[in-house]
Amino acid sequence: MLSYTLKRLLFAIPSLLGVLTVVFFIVRIAPGDPAYVILGESASAEALAALREQLGLNKPLHLQYVEFLWSVMQGDLGRSMISNQPVLNEVWRVLPYTIELTAAAMLIGVVFGVPLGVLSARYRNGAADYVVRFFSLLGLSFPAFISAILLLLAFAITIPLFPVIGEAAYDDPVQRLRALVLPALNLGLIMVAYITRVTRSSMLSVIGQDYIRTAQAKGAAPGQVLRVHALGNALLPIVTVVGLYLGVMIGNSVLTEIVFNRPGLGKLIVTALNQRDYPTLQAMLVIYALFIVLANIITDLTYGLIDPRVRNQ
Amino acid sequence: MNAATVATRPSLPRRLGHFARKQKAASFGLVVLFAMILCAVFAPWISPYDPNEQNIILNLAAPSAEHWFGNDTFGRDTLSRVIWGARVSLFVAFTSILLAMVVGGLLGVIAGYFGGRTDRVIMAVMDVLLSFPSLVMGLLVVAVLGPTLVNLIVAIAFTAVAPFARIARAPTLSIRNREFVDAARSFGMSDWRIMLRYILPNIADEVVVLGTLWLATAVRTEASLSFIGLGVRPPTPTWGGMIRDGFENMLDSPWLVVMPSLAILAVMIALNMIGDGLRDATDPRLRQE
Repeated sequence: MLSYTLKRLLFAIPSLLGVLTVVFFIVRIAPGDPAYVILGESASAEALAALREQLGLNKPLHLQYVEFLWSVMQGDLGRSMISNQPVLNEVWRVLPYTIELTAAAMLIGVVFGVPLGVLSARYRNGAADYVVRFFSLLGLSFPAFISAILLLLAFAITIPLFPVIGEAAYDDPVQRLRALVLPALNLGLIMVAYITRVTRSSMLSVIGQDYIRTAQAKGAAPGQVLRVHALGNALLPIVTVVGLYLGVMIGNSVLTEIVFNRPGLGKLIVTALNQRDYPTLQAMLVIYALFIVLANIITDLTYGLIDPRVRNQ
Repeated sequence: MNAATVATRPSLPRRLGHFARKQKAASFGLVVLFAMILCAVFAPWISPYDPNEQNIILNLAAPSAEHWFGNDTFGRDTLSRVIWGARVSLFVAFTSILLAMVVGGLLGVIAGYFGGRTDRVIMAVMDVLLSFPSLVMGLLVVAVLGPTLVNLIVAIAFTAVAPFARIARAPTLSIRNREFVDAARSFGMSDWRIMLRYILPNIADEVVVLGTLWLATAVRTEASLSFIGLGVRPPTPTWGGMIRDGFENMLDSPWLVVMPSLAILAVMIALNMIGDGLRDATDPRLRQE
């Protein structure tokens, strides 16, 4: 398992390099002079020159690229244009909020999604299957900001069970947990929809296999066949999808944080966007991509844990 | 179409008829989507008012017999804005996915057909693109290029290219070794002609099915970007933008948020139904007995 883990970590290096390259060039495809774009039309020539100097824009592109890679490797993601503080400081401050939100949502997604998917596959084309499929279709169709607004309208305003936008005192653990409920539910329910679907289709493709019939013929209890023989083999695609949808969930967390006015990476990136804080945006994109690369590694390692054939390859 | 594809399949109308009988939910979705497209195309004729006509007396007026969906802060008619909003939403979704299908599909075919270094380079770039959360990537591209209709389309297409390249590449790998491709090559046909005439028609189904699935994602991304404030600039009505504007007055005038939300939901549910039906119809593992 150790060599499998190490190999997987080594494979991540080229994708990280690729990610950094794409980020570097996206920020530089902006038409016109970035300094001009940032400072606006009324900026003086001196101010423009000073900013170009500060951002290193007067150096040749390849040199800028190498310097960018070098500073990222040293853990320096640049300074915010607005606060002139290292971007990472702000990121570390709000990161726990985003992590607790996505972790809670993932938990909701797995705890409800997997059993619902199994149920749906077990009673295929029955009433339970139709109900589950209807709600998962609904869950997939809700853009996260719309479901967030509806949850807010229903459970914070009409029935005031949870704090309205931005009221929470985050240093009090109980308050913090209460403020987490609605946003986590918003992200989580969408995740439930995704996981339910993939569990159902993965289970359906496994249930028809010969070894399931063999297990049944040997007289194994139906519940055991479903849990051990079927779900055990259906897990890989489920794990893949959970890993893949992390990207969707990150996008949804941005929207959720905006609607609930919650601190987090999403709010940070939108604030940076409104302030045209390009260094912060660039850093945020690197961080988000790092998360996805990390999630892919964890997904692959989970494969190894679930399926010994994978790690022995 | 060519002999290699036609020989194995019934005609398109027969396949469509079969599809409508087997996939009732998908057919319902198609009807809803078609109605939405009609609304978008004929917006100037069916919308009761000019979507940008301000009438300050009707500021935040509740739904009434004259204004079914109420009025916004500028007294503009919400129903008319929802109808016109369908234009931006559907146009951006369809064109961006078409662009992603063409670019991604071509890259996938090229990667699969030529193999070797070409394949490795193209797919490595696609893998890197897949490492970005699509909303965040779209957000950055629009922010950098500026929020115009064309840039919005480019940004959404950019986030969707990689999956199309992947889905086009896989079948190309096996088709390039089939006899009819060898035969074409022995006639001296160029690689480009072979790709266009023999490979593309054979992979088109899979790319189109993925396209329908991604249309919903494109609608969602456009709405989300507009909600964040990176959509087509006001006063052009967009559903996401209307929700953004209505958010401030959500307590007194919930219809400003609810009506465009329902429009987005209707399109999303319709597209997901169509996508599901197409996937079930093309995936043999899920096919009903």
